[in-house]
Amino acid sequence: MSWRLLKDKLIRQSFAAMLILSLVVIAVILIGLGLKSIPLLRAEDLGTILTESVWSPLNGSFGFFPFIMGTVWVTFISLIIAVPLCILASTYLVEYADDALRKMVLPLVNVLAAIPPVLYGVWGVLFVVPFLSEYIAPIVGAETTGYTVFAGGIVLAVMIFPIMVSIMVEVLQTIPYELKAASLSLGATKWETIVKVILVKSRPGLVAAVVLGISRAFGETIAVLMVCGNIPQVPKSFFDAGYPLPALIANNFGEMMSIPLYDSALMFAALLLFTLIFGFNLISRIILNRLEGKA
Amino acid sequence: MHTPAGIQATETQDLMNASRPHIQIKDLNVTIEGKRILKNINLSIPNNSITSIIGPSGCGKTTLLKTLNRLVDDTKGLEISGSVLVNGEDLYADGAEVIHIRKKMGLLSQKPFPLPMSIFDNVAYGPRIHGEKNKRVLAQLVETQLRNVGLWEEVKDRLDASATRLSIGQQQRLCLARGLAVKPEIILGDESTSALDPVSTQTIENLLIELKQDYTIVLVTHILRQARRVSDYIIFVYDGEIIEFGKTDEILLNPKQEITQQYVKGFIS
Amino acid sequence: MSNVNKRLFKEKIAKVAMQVSGITITGSLFFIIGTILYKGIPYLSWDIISQVPKGGFYMGKEGGILNAILGSLYLATSSTILATLLGVPISVFLNVYVKSGSFLERSCKLLFDVLFGIPSIVYGAIAFSIMVWVGIRASLLGGIITITLLTIPIVVRTIDELLRTIPIDLKHVTFSLGATRWETAKICLKYIKPGVFTAILLAFGRAIGDVAGVLLTTGFSDNLPKYIDEPAATLPLAIFFQLSSPIPEVQGRAYASALVLTFIILVIVICTHLLASKQRKHKI
Repeated sequence: MSWRLLKDKLIRQSFAAMLILSLVVIAVILIGLGLKSIPLLRAEDLGTILTESVWSPLNGSFGFFPFIMGTVWVTFISLIIAVPLCILASTYLVEYADDALRKMVLPLVNVLAAIPPVLYGVWGVLFVVPFLSEYIAPIVGAETTGYTVFAGGIVLAVMIFPIMVSIMVEVLQTIPYELKAASLSLGATKWETIVKVILVKSRPGLVAAVVLGISRAFGETIAVLMVCGNIPQVPKSFFDAGYPLPALIANNFGEMMSIPLYDSALMFAALLLFTLIFGFNLISRIILNRLEGKA
Repeated sequence: MHTPAGIQATETQDLMNASRPHIQIKDLNVTIEGKRILKNINLSIPNNSITSIIGPSGCGKTTLLKTLNRLVDDTKGLEISGSVLVNGEDLYADGAEVIHIRKKMGLLSQKPFPLPMSIFDNVAYGPRIHGEKNKRVLAQLVETQLRNVGLWEEVKDRLDASATRLSIGQQQRLCLARGLAVKPEIILGDESTSALDPVSTQTIENLLIELKQDYTIVLVTHILRQARRVSDYIIFVYDGEIIEFGKTDEILLNPKQEITQQYVKGFIS
Repeated sequence: MSNVNKRLFKEKIAKVAMQVSGITITGSLFFIIGTILYKGIPYLSWDIISQVPKGGFYMGKEGGILNAILGSLYLATSSTILATLLGVPISVFLNVYVKSGSFLERSCKLLFDVLFGIPSIVYGAIAFSIMVWVGIRASLLGGIITITLLTIPIVVRTIDELLRTIPIDLKHVTFSLGATRWETAKICLKYIKPGVFTAILLAFGRAIGDVAGVLLTTGFSDNLPKYIDEPAATLPLAIFFQLSSPIPEVQGRAYASALVLTFIILVIVICTHLLASKQRKHKI
């Protein structure tokens, strides 16, 4: 008897220790990022770093604006493509599709989620980039290699399909049948019911799904890096090359570390990324948890 | 609030068997997230008989049952005062040993929950965790308990099959056997037949009636007819208070309190 | 009447738009896999998967990708084992030991949810700085640690979702037999066993496919991985590095690597799918 209790207690304590260990790791990550960023923040003030558009580490100027704009552009493009498609597709799956179709499509969407980023990158390089430069760019009269923020946006859009579709489907399924029945029995068509009742009612959940999609897009490194050109400039159109934040870290970390503040600047980029994504994730999780609590 | 205590004093004197009551509840108050679920419960549950707790849903009857073996412990925002004595030992005293207490009480839950293992292992699970290793003893025990619940003949050829393969009525009997295998003194039933078909329900009810010779049984039920069929005593709970406690016939045919009468006649539910 | 017709017409248009969206999303999957198959199959041969690159992975025309295949398998297997050993206990602790609904439980679960979304490049950057600070060079070990950190939240979250589906009454009946919390936890784990394997497979899939985390921490090597403190190649890195090579044969190795990686991922997905249906049958 007492051995069992002792064992239970020991296990409890070691499990708690593992939890604490993993929380400590997170703390170390945050503190490490903070400490490493301090030198840069001492040298220049935060406002300048974020709005300055010249990135020239050799001359000691660390303007993050091009990278922030690079990230914003690819994310924005991917949302323009993915949000409407995902809302329409998930609505169809929940409201129109029969069980068999749903059971076939949702696992496929999960497969999409399981594909590693680098394979999306390969697809981007092999298909999206040449497609843009050979077919799309001539239509609008642009001259480009295809390695553009547009290519990054397309690849990202496909990458955030799964997370958005799976969450949106879950959210839409929580809408009670009675609500739909009420609208339908007033003589509304199914589509009117969807637009005026279902989508309105599930707006917080849909927003949460989009926010999660954004945070995923912000952090995506390799696939975007492979297709969007990586030139530190502020993109002006769909057909300009861009240089998102994660790509900056991945391309330069561990090299040219002898340049003063370079190391610190890249860490600051990581901190910026961490904070943004942490924030976005936190918001959407809180919304989703609240919805789940209500349902 | 005062009346039940009064009833108990007069009515239960002759109800009590010679031995001292297994379960005694004194001034029990349970608050969950600021809401008072149970108020000033005072109760002695008679030995070797079946006592049913009845009352409208949400009145606190399941909470009352689950305070008896401290399954309420994990509830969020829980505050408890008062004491529950089992054989004179206070379950809620500081340093009380929960595991030891729970072992004394078998729980038969709303739906059967066979553990994810074979039929044999389900019954042997309790004795095993409590230290029984001898294979022959275990085999003997499993057979005895399965015979006790009338399941032996049905499953003796497939003891190694997964317990989830059994029908739901068989599963509930298996769960009863599993509970009995740890040699409890008390059986707690939480609407134990609500998921079962009428035939299985009858089997379980008959089993409980047989078992009361050796055990003290407390059931929560929302079916008055079931309370009438099986129980010797009835506790009527309303809004967290014990309104009335007495012999089955008296409560059902001749309730003293107006509210009990209304419930028994089906005016409130 | 025409009003009704107009409304029904609108409905029809909307339905077509929805179907097109659905087809686009599902189709993109087949498109991606198709592209990789189309490019990869011509280059796939026994030589490619059984040899290491000769003459340097970036310039050499001869040889294969065995270094990357083995490196990936070592890396993903070890970090998945570590992440499981840490993640499962954490999840069990939060679900069985900690009072449900308590502040500790909710805040920890939220934290792991959020960590799940932190991109691997951030983990990689931090791990790299720490490795520089401690004096470890880019190596298999560095990669394993980084990927373990990356996969712990996946394991914790997936197991947590499964544990939450366990009816409270199952815990109660186990408790009422006099089981300790640990004994109850074992029952719970048994109950969700197929799901635990799903979680492990998911973690493995994420581990084997990650680039950004290993880019800085693992390095790259043309040799077969022999020691844990030496740099090692992985499949995703082999794809990433070799795809940009000007030499067609080297590019071909990238396509072949992509094909092998796709194959591994598809096997994992199919296994998870089978396990998931098993879990469903398992339910009471």
